[in-house]
This record gives sequence, C-alpha cells and structure tokens, in this order.
Amino acid sequence: MTEIARPTDGSRATPLLSRHVALGARMIDFGGWHMPVQYTSILSEHRAVRERAGLFDLSHMGELFVEGPDAGEALAGALVTDPPSLEVGRAHYSMICAPDGGVIDDLIVYRLAEDRFLVVANASNAPVVSDALAERLDESRSILDDRSLATALVAVQGPAARGILGPLTDVNLATLRYYAIAEGAVAGIPALVARTGYTGEDGFEVFVDDAAAGELWDILLAAGAPSGLVPVGLGARDTLRLEAGMPLYGNELDRFTTPFEAGLGRVVKLARAGDFVGRDALARAAEAGPRRLLVGLMVRGRGIARHGYPVWAGDRRTGVVTSGTQSPTLGVPIAMAYVAPGDAVTGTMLEVEIRDTRAVAEVVPLPFYSRAR
Amino acid sequence: MIPSDLRYTKEHEWVRVAGDVATVGITQHAADQLGDIVFVELPEPGRVLEQFATFGVVESVKAVSDLFAPLAGEVLEGNASLLTTPEVVNSDPYGAGWMLRIRLSDAGQLEQLLDAAAYEALTAEG
Repeated sequence: MTEIARPTDGSRATPLLSRHVALGARMIDFGGWHMPVQYTSILSEHRAVRERAGLFDLSHMGELFVEGPDAGEALAGALVTDPPSLEVGRAHYSMICAPDGGVIDDLIVYRLAEDRFLVVANASNAPVVSDALAERLDESRSILDDRSLATALVAVQGPAARGILGPLTDVNLATLRYYAIAEGAVAGIPALVARTGYTGEDGFEVFVDDAAAGELWDILLAAGAPSGLVPVGLGARDTLRLEAGMPLYGNELDRFTTPFEAGLGRVVKLARAGDFVGRDALARAAEAGPRRLLVGLMVRGRGIARHGYPVWAGDRRTGVVTSGTQSPTLGVPIAMAYVAPGDAVTGTMLEVEIRDTRAVAEVVPLPFYSRAR
Repeated sequence: MIPSDLRYTKEHEWVRVAGDVATVGITQHAADQLGDIVFVELPEPGRVLEQFATFGVVESVKAVSDLFAPLAGEVLEGNASLLTTPEVVNSDPYGAGWMLRIRLSDAGQLEQLLDAAAYEALTAEG
C-alpha cells in the first residue's frame, strides 16, 4: 500500500487535492503547488480535449483584483497593454515587464466593471506579480486585492465544453465572446465565467471561492461524463498549449526575454500616450529589432527535441529549444525554439542536437494546430 | 503481476535468458511511471555492450530515460516494430514490447540481477 500523495515541503494544495487523489492522479510539484500531472495518460487526456472535453483544476493560478476610480489607468502604467481600452466584460492577453523590458509574467486582464479588473498570473509568479503590482499601484487611488489563495479556477475546454456548461449556468454562453467574462452562477454557485483557455480549443474558465470548488468540480465532472469529459492534468495542458503555439513562462518567456523576441510585440502599446514600467527599454528594443526570434520547429529526423537542446544552422549554433514534445495531434515531434533572426524564416532547415546526434528540423509557422471553426 | 521467470535491474529493465540469448525490455512499473511512450532508440546489431552500459533511450510525452543493458553481450537485433508502434511498450512490456536481443558473453552476470521478489520489494519502496 502506497502512501496517499501529500504536498511536499512548502508546496500548496488546491481545494481539489482529495478529488485528484481519489481519481488516481499522479501528483507533481509545479510552481509551488501540488498538482495533478495526469489521471490516466497524457495522450488520452490530450485527445479528450481535442475531440470532446476536459476538466482542469487551475486553482494554482494567481487571481489579483484591482479596484478603484483609476484602476484602468493604474494598470496601464504597470503593464505593457492598455486596460482602459477594454470594454467591460472583455479581456486581453498582457504582460508585466521589468524596467529593462524583461518579462516578469504573462497575464490575462479581465475588465469586470468600469472600475474593477481581474489580473490572472501564473502560479509560480503570482507572489512576484502581486508585489510588483502593489508597488506600482501605490501612488494610485486603486486597491490590489490578492485573492490567489482564496479563489479556485476550474476550466472546461474542448468542443463539447459549451454544451456541458451551458445548461448549468445563467450566463448566456451563446453571446459570451472569446476573451469575454461574465458574472453569474454555475449550478447555483456564484462564479465568474470567462471564455478563455490555454488549449487551442473553445472553452471556459470558471472562477469560484475555494469553499465551492469541490462541489463545482463534482457537478461538472458528472454533467460532462455523458459527453466524454474527463479530468485533465498539467501534462496534457502542456502538450495542448504547445500545439496551440502558446508560450509557457519559464520556457518561452522569462526576465531575460522581451515580448518582441517572443513574437508578442503586438501586445506592447508603444503608440499609447503615457508611461509604463519598461517603456523606454521596450521602445529601444522595438527600434533595434530582436536579437533572436521564437519559431516553431517540426523535427523531420528521428528523436524528440526537448527544452534546452541546442539548435544549429550548419556549424553555427543559432539557438536553443524552449519546449518540445511528440505532438499527439500531428504525430510528429514539434518544438519551439529561439534562433537568430536570419534563421527564423519559414521553411529554413535547421538541426536540433538530440543527445549525440543531430536531427533535421524545419522552421514552421505557429501555431502547429488550429481548431476548425 | 511481476513475471517470476525474469531477472531485473534496479533501473527497471527485465531480461529473459534462453540458452546464450537474452531478451531485454523495461518493466510494467517503468512503463507506467514514464507514461505514454512515443519514441524508442535502440542500438544497431553487432554493437557490443558492457553490463549496465546504456544501450538506448526511451521517451514518453513528458520525459527521456536511458536504457541499461542488464547483461554484457553483442546486440543481435532491436525490436524494429517499436519504431512505428512504441506504445506497445506500455501495453505489453514483457511481450511484444521487448526491446533488444543480445548474445550473452557471461551468463554468470545473471547472479548480479534481482529476482522477481527482490524487484517487487524495490518498486514497493516507491
């Protein structure tokens, strides 16, 4: 008899830990949290999300509420995007950068009301983002309420997601647009329902108080079972986001990377009047052009390119793999890598050093996978 | 669950000896721990392996692991079917998921491997 998985030293448990253990999940420590990496198999969970639906516990993510008469302007000074331009009920992808332009974290910013925003940060960065926001909002008339440890986040993702969630909620999912959010109830539980995700599929993210997370999880799991919904761990979350060409902080993004290098320069609102942290450095980076660029690679030779493997252009080391796996949907090895700008052109043939050999890899456009619409 | 007629390494390979030919694979426990196996890299026939030397690599969706030769000998063949259907290692690790056949150079090395009871005790430690 093996001991029931428990959080190891210092790592936090979500309110759904006992459910994960009962479902037979293999648990890992990720971003300071004890999280399910897989329940049955990464491949079967991945396919469930592509073909039917998956249920994710994302309660490790950080939820930072910013409220006040100048909340939008205060966030505009703290982040690289323009939150005041968001309509109420809409969201956008954003980043918080250091004064030198390096990425502290990538975020989703939701406008809940004229004077109220929700900023969702990655688990491992949530404390740092919370501290940085608190400091940057210090001179404003807005208040930061870090509810990361009191808020659970459960996502339903996949083509069947709308059909599963729709009958359970008073939020009209037919009119809830991609990157929109609405306040309502799910199975009677007060919730924020957002049409966002990290899988490349249609889907929803449901924010509730920690105390209601277990009930919400059980109801969604039962309601979705007839449609083929299964619980999905972080392993498939990673392969799903990689196929969808979405960056993972710590792999594609870090303090030494600018948004321009990551191909995310479009989110930086240099045209907007007014200062924000990192503006000068980012303006210079935009002017100078990136020293390296994030590309998609399809490995044509044998072997799987992994994080940290060198990338070669002939005998010149051009860069490094940031994420790689065998694509469950495409059946071939895929990777993202930083390479010299001259080697980033679609169709360029490079080589990935895999152990003691090199495998040919072709530069391909991102994403690797787009759902049919 | 753990076949009693095989010998095992602490690194979770199994070996079945018939005459001077040994068949090598990885255990169900190892396959389960790795998760979905998507790639197996095996040596060419003719390569001579030392006992406990790495002979190849197995990759799951999530991770890469080295493979270790339980016994010294010359590689007779790798399981070519794993090139196209590596998932067989998950579904049938002691049968169709075998990896390597080698001609033994020293059958006495078997004594250095674990029997089923000792291997079971090893995996029970977690």
